Amino acid sequence: MTLTLREALLSFRRAPLLSGLAVTTIGFALFVVGLFGLVALNLRATLAEVAERVEIVLYLARGTPVDVVTVAIGDIQVFPEVQDVTYVTEDQALERARRELSEFRGVFSDLTQNPLPASLEIQLKPGFRDAEHVAAVADRLTGFRFAEDVRFGGDWVEKLDRLRGIAAAVGLVVGIAFGAAAVIIIGTTIRMTVLARNREIQIMRLVGATDGFIRRPFLLAGALKGALGGLLAIGLDYAAYQAVSRSLFTASFFSPGQTLLFLLCGTVLGFLASAASVNRHLPPL
Amino acid sequence: MIRFKKVFKAFPKDSLALKDLTFHVGRGEFVFFTGHSGAGKSTVLRMVYADELPTSGAVWVSGMATAELRRRDIPRLRRRLGIVFQDFRLLEDRTAEENVAFALEVTGTRRAAIAPKVMRVLTQVGLAAKAHAYPRELSGGEQQRVAIARALVNDPLVILADEPTGNLDERATRGVFQLLRDINATGTAVMMATHDLDLVRQTTYRTIELKEGALVYDSGDEPSALAEDGR
Repeated sequence: MTLTLREALLSFRRAPLLSGLAVTTIGFALFVVGLFGLVALNLRATLAEVAERVEIVLYLARGTPVDVVTVAIGDIQVFPEVQDVTYVTEDQALERARRELSEFRGVFSDLTQNPLPASLEIQLKPGFRDAEHVAAVADRLTGFRFAEDVRFGGDWVEKLDRLRGIAAAVGLVVGIAFGAAAVIIIGTTIRMTVLARNREIQIMRLVGATDGFIRRPFLLAGALKGALGGLLAIGLDYAAYQAVSRSLFTASFFSPGQTLLFLLCGTVLGFLASAASVNRHLPPL
Repeated sequence: MIRFKKVFKAFPKDSLALKDLTFHVGRGEFVFFTGHSGAGKSTVLRMVYADELPTSGAVWVSGMATAELRRRDIPRLRRRLGIVFQDFRLLEDRTAEENVAFALEVTGTRRAAIAPKVMRVLTQVGLAAKAHAYPRELSGGEQQRVAIARALVNDPLVILADEPTGNLDERATRGVFQLLRDINATGTAVMMATHDLDLVRQTTYRTIELKEGALVYDSGDEPSALAEDGR
């Protein structure tokens, strides 16, 4: 093992330019993947934030007794899609209207009778905030006798759905494309380092080195290059994130777990790329 | 120890490289392989270290038929052979000492055992003083001595030398050849491919001449040589 490690480290010292080039190339390939990951991450967070505002409002018929409403709330709360039900009384509705619609403050203050109905505001659990589920729940709610009207902004929930679909599809396609490009670039880079040491591999064979003995330092060096490239990529991604956060809008960065996963991916990628090129370029015995 | 029996070797897009080759090299023997370029000298040596396998017939090395070796057995076979080339094949970024040590590291020799063994063979080839020199700092003859030291360090059954003096001037040639003779005198067999007939004539070693892949002359077949060898 110590010999493998020594040989792997020596390969950096023997070909510093090529090794540096490999690390930089891997770094930039992963940087782009990471950048894309950040965009996807922030887009998803934004969409989730928007989706949280999806709610169904059930307007109660005037004069619905409170105990009927209480029973109904209990019934609605056990719907599998429902996360939360809030009862807004007529007075609370008026109070909220005065607060939120300040431009109509004069109108509201002159009222002698409250024109606003009481309502139930129903929030759905994450995963049920799409057009189909929202419509289904709204449909069930209209079944209550005291339901005067059920509103859920069907149009924009549908639009949100479509946006989510597009984001996921684009994410998948572009993600796969960037990932594949990174794999090819890393594979090519590592293949160059293997080819550069072709003569050495042949000499190793002549003195009776086993396949494993020849392969191990390459695999370790590949994994190391992948890890260093990953580190470089994370650094570049962080710089990009900082620049955007400062000048454009507040974005979020990878969590420590995600960062670790990213580095691990770089390491595994370097390892696999070396494995593929060493196997392909190991001269026959 | 090394036996060729009715060996044919065909390369794609080429006439037969070896034709019906049958011979035996005994323990501790010194055998020259002579012939023009392309006569099959190198192919014979490559067959011994299982770089090439016979198209038909069989090659046995120390009792093992090379064609029946599994891939993982081939390194084990090569550790029992010492291989020397015309172009030395040293690792340029390692010192003489490291080049020799490399052949031991590959076999998993304990670190503590490596240094004394390396010094012993470097002394044997007369290069102990240049242990820390890189190949580019050594003359051709010295580089070949390092290659020979590397071939010797695993105590091989046989040294396979493919035109070992081909790149050397006359003086270095004499030195390297004498070294191979000294090694042979200690009991290690030597199979040496060469087209330097002057070297061949200097000694009474067995000579096998190849022509277009076929054995045309084997001095070991001559009654006098057999008597001399006591076989």
